[in-house]
Amino acid sequence: MDDIKNLSYEAAYDELAALVARMESGELSLEKSVALYERGQKLSAHCQALLEEAQLKIARVDEAGPAD
Amino acid sequence: MQTFSVGEITSYIHELFDADDVLADVWVRGEVSNLTVARSGHWYFTIKDADAQLRCVMFRGAARSVRIDVGAGDEILARGRVSVYEARGEYQLYARSIEAVGGIGDLHRQFEALKAKLDAEGLFDPARKQPIPAFPVRIGVATSSTAAAWHDIQNVLRRRFPLAEVVLSPTLVQGMEAPAQIVMALERLNRRADIDTIIIARGGGSLEDLWGFNDERVARAVASSRIPVISGIGHEIDFTIVDFVADLRAPTPSAAAELATPNRDDLLLDLDRLRARLAGLLGNSLAEHSRDLGQAQSALRFFSPRKMIAAAQRDVADGRLRLSRAAALKLERLGDRLASETNALEAASPEHILARGYALVTDESGALIREAAQVSRDQRLNVQLSRDRIRVRVDD
Repeated sequence: MDDIKNLSYEAAYDELAALVARMESGELSLEKSVALYERGQKLSAHCQALLEEAQLKIARVDEAGPAD
Repeated sequence: MQTFSVGEITSYIHELFDADDVLADVWVRGEVSNLTVARSGHWYFTIKDADAQLRCVMFRGAARSVRIDVGAGDEILARGRVSVYEARGEYQLYARSIEAVGGIGDLHRQFEALKAKLDAEGLFDPARKQPIPAFPVRIGVATSSTAAAWHDIQNVLRRRFPLAEVVLSPTLVQGMEAPAQIVMALERLNRRADIDTIIIARGGGSLEDLWGFNDERVARAVASSRIPVISGIGHEIDFTIVDFVADLRAPTPSAAAELATPNRDDLLLDLDRLRARLAGLLGNSLAEHSRDLGQAQSALRFFSPRKMIAAAQRDVADGRLRLSRAAALKLERLGDRLASETNALEAASPEHILARGYALVTDESGALIREAAQVSRDQRLNVQLSRDRIRVRVDD
């Protein structure tokens, strides 16, 4: 379950949106709904953290070579 | 071979010049030498370059409209008609306007010329424009590290989407060396595989300040960039060739940073919406399943043994009730029929008839007399009334 930790924002967000769409389509067993709900909670928490805790990282590339 | 007089051949040459489209309206670039202004106000001068020189005359009216000061040695652009001054057998440029080389007019013309050329090559074709990634991971920025633009860009990115990393590829953004450096800056970014968006930007300035971004080499570097390029050069009104070639044009450097990134506040709102939706859906699911459960339970109750027995008892009771009611009904009906039959019987019984005034006539042997023919005169008969009897004798 901790694979979420290293998901990019876009990947986590896309999975969350897909998961909600899936729940919207209905015909899910109770267990499945609850499981999806819990995964959704974790994904949204991860996205929230990414947004709130991120610090802008600035790098520089000068010479013809790779970034210093 | 026909021979001409000087006049004839000169006027022939004159006609050739006047018939030529190019010579009718042409811009000529050259260095001014021996400019003299006649008392009449007309200008007489020569413009030359390394290989040739061209005599020019600018009549007073046109000369007054010249907005720059023109002196010997100045590199200028003169526009006018080239024709033949027959009296001296010379061709010369009759100049209508003069501009400095590299002057605004000249720059505009170069800009339009390059724009037309690249447009014709299809470099501005919308179909070539690459989409800008919605969630950038690493944004390359080609600009001057000391300029306000770079500072503004960082602030916008920090506010909107600090998740993205920013990679500065510094370059001059003004002056003669700018174009070559800008091209280098773009190449450094394109050589990396981990950059998904490029912003090429500089702050506001005059046409000359922004001129580096009208350079053909820079335009081609932007056009051939593997990574999508957003241009943010100058202010809203400034359009450079790079703006036409970029995948997306922003009016300013800050605007470019905004177009490159989603807005964190919107994303947070979006997350709240999705979380609420998630909770709502779970609620729905629980409600639905409990409703199903409820239905199952009520169905169960409906078909439970106790229920069935009770139902059966009810039916039995029902049946008994109906039975007794039917029996009663039947008896009643039988009773009625009996009564009506007895009535009918009674109505048909002799006593009843006699009571209504009829009488039974019998002979002495008790046989019933129905017709006159059965009796003879003086015969003795018995007449039975309802309650008593009388004896009679037949007269007639």
